[in-house]
Amino acid sequence: MSRILIRNGRLIDPESGLDEVGDVAVADGRIVQLGGPIDDFTPDESVDATDRWVIPGLIDLSARLREPGGTRKADIVSETRAAAAAGITTLVMPPDTHPVMDSPSVVEQVVRRADHAASARVVPLGALTLGLAGEQLSGMAGLAAAGCPAVADGGHPIRDSLVLQRALDYACTFALPVLLTPVDTDLATGCLNEGPTATRLGLPGVPAAAETAGLGRQLAVAGGTRARVHFGRLSSAEGVRLLTGELGENRHLTADVAIHQLFLTDQDAMEYDARFHLDPPLRDIVDRQALRQAVADRVIRIICSDHQPHDQDAKDGPFASTAPGASGLDTLLPLVLRLVEDGILTLPRALATVTVEPARLLGLEVGRMAVGGAADLTVVDPVAPWFCTRETLRSRGHNSPFLGWEFSARATHTLVAGRLVHRPDEA
Amino acid sequence: MSVQLNERGELRHFLTTEGLDPRLLTRILDTAESFAGVIGKSVKTVPLLRGRTVVNLFFESSTRTRTTFELAAKRLSADVLNIAVDTTTTKGESLLDMLRNLQAMQADMFVIRHDQSGAAEYFARHVNPGVAVLNAGDGWHAHPTQAMLDAYTIRQHKGAFEPLRIAIVGDIRHSRVARSQIHALNGLGAGEVRVIAPNTLLPADVDTLGTHVYNDLEAGLRDVDVVIALRLQHERMQGALLPGESEYFRHYGLTESRLRAAHPEAIVMHPGPINRGVEIDSELADGPRSVILDQVTNGIAIRMAVMTMVLGVQPDNPREAS
Repeated sequence: MSRILIRNGRLIDPESGLDEVGDVAVADGRIVQLGGPIDDFTPDESVDATDRWVIPGLIDLSARLREPGGTRKADIVSETRAAAAAGITTLVMPPDTHPVMDSPSVVEQVVRRADHAASARVVPLGALTLGLAGEQLSGMAGLAAAGCPAVADGGHPIRDSLVLQRALDYACTFALPVLLTPVDTDLATGCLNEGPTATRLGLPGVPAAAETAGLGRQLAVAGGTRARVHFGRLSSAEGVRLLTGELGENRHLTADVAIHQLFLTDQDAMEYDARFHLDPPLRDIVDRQALRQAVADRVIRIICSDHQPHDQDAKDGPFASTAPGASGLDTLLPLVLRLVEDGILTLPRALATVTVEPARLLGLEVGRMAVGGAADLTVVDPVAPWFCTRETLRSRGHNSPFLGWEFSARATHTLVAGRLVHRPDEA
Repeated sequence: MSVQLNERGELRHFLTTEGLDPRLLTRILDTAESFAGVIGKSVKTVPLLRGRTVVNLFFESSTRTRTTFELAAKRLSADVLNIAVDTTTTKGESLLDMLRNLQAMQADMFVIRHDQSGAAEYFARHVNPGVAVLNAGDGWHAHPTQAMLDAYTIRQHKGAFEPLRIAIVGDIRHSRVARSQIHALNGLGAGEVRVIAPNTLLPADVDTLGTHVYNDLEAGLRDVDVVIALRLQHERMQGALLPGESEYFRHYGLTESRLRAAHPEAIVMHPGPINRGVEIDSELADGPRSVILDQVTNGIAIRMAVMTMVLGVQPDNPREAS
């Protein structure tokens, strides 16, 4: 384990409120000293962070790495490297892999591959039901023992409310948070938000009711249990309204939003550009504003990239026939910081949505910057303009809806467990 | 959709009627009119596209549309290749591969019908420069030549568009024809475009396309000059869109008596093929108000017009060209 001294950076820790210029000393994978000038530490390597920010490494609550089962599109090695270059130190992986992460052996395989890749931590989520089929409960205790801090429906909502109730009850037995996808799949057969744009383009629409019907049912079922429930990828103003009403009653509930929902609308798909074919779909400007406000009001506490890398073929063809999803790792950090530029969030709050908040949800030690804590750190140059192009994307998925955008910030160094996994000469 | 226009604002492809300049829409009608004489002659061909190859690429079955495109191409002396494709094989990559292979055969124009909205534009974005794409119907999105032949037929029978009230009746939600008609008629300055359907057959926010929306047939037909009935696919009876054909006909089927609310000189149109006794009864379809067969005839002239326009061949006087 190398000893690293990060010098003279603006240290920002959303959990403790720390925001001062100083040094960070890292040894044996942990932060051993924090703040002020550190003179009594002999490093193997120093990082000059003058005019830069030092923040907890980002945690991306939803990143599909396509392994096992989809390595034509991406794999754990490629995507953890991309994460490191983007300042993301922990990738939370939904269970909808092939095979599904419903058994300890699959989870262990993922963990082994991630350990071998070693560019970022990979946190697998266990499947809530076998095969994500919504019928039989998975062996959640075994999944937890194998390394899953939570269980999830992996984008396949359980249609049978009784099964859902029992799954929540069972997960609660082992204190496992449950991540649900708030959607009524019967109403969500389209490929773009139901509204003027879908009507113009002749595309089948997905009404906001697909979200509220799914969310409403799940809230009702969850209300009868003591489960810690998290709703993933809210997309609509109506969904926000429904959740807001429920939050007063039940503090066990949390929700997240995909970062692209805070910047794009269905009108971006006007030219049938498949990069904007997403699930849940991009909605209208009123929804986007409501989601931004919900993040500001802490109704939605977590932002994720909803990273779904695709190969060229998957995004090639008429809009509805293409695979939904966007590649998001490379743009998560600069977009979150843009929310600060746009006056939506303070800097500490923006950072909290991608660090300590997801860490709290999953009970992870990372996501904070404290003496004795894991040295998962990101050094950010806040004034480092770059263009998002196919060439600058590190993910193997080039299906970014932000191609052509200019961003102002980027990660210059990334540490995972005290190891430098990204540095400028790799930029 | 800028992909269908060149830098001079002329048609490179014909993908949609949406957003087209009224002058361009009118030019399509005028060009078609100049070809109408050719259709009536004993020698029905002109050499405007001699040596050019037109590929009819149909991923959905169609007899009428494919035939009229083929006739139009042959009357322009083009070589025509008809390809019917099994849609189960149409993954994005194979679509592109197919396109590249066909381009390698030196095709000059693709006439494309596909069950996915946006398919024609997808092709247009991927063809080589100088190769034209005509949309013969893509999903629920557009069927621009059908809309233009309908506009042509309306102009033939009614003259100027400005004073006209036009009603489109039926399955607007799933209709590429209706969308293209709405855009074309509004673009040509029609006084009012109405849509009449039960809510299950109306797309969301259809008023944003520039229509007045009616659920009630009689109210919607009041004082209209043109009534267009849309085809109702049998599969709409599944999926809880409609309870059945008989109820549909009872409330939305066109009959002579229901047309009493319309202008006495109102004409009745249908893009075909007709489901008699579902969308329209036989007495009306075969009666004096019906211009349905004119639509079929006019379809050839319209398709000749757009074929020449997208390839930049303008007939000075096609009637003399043979």
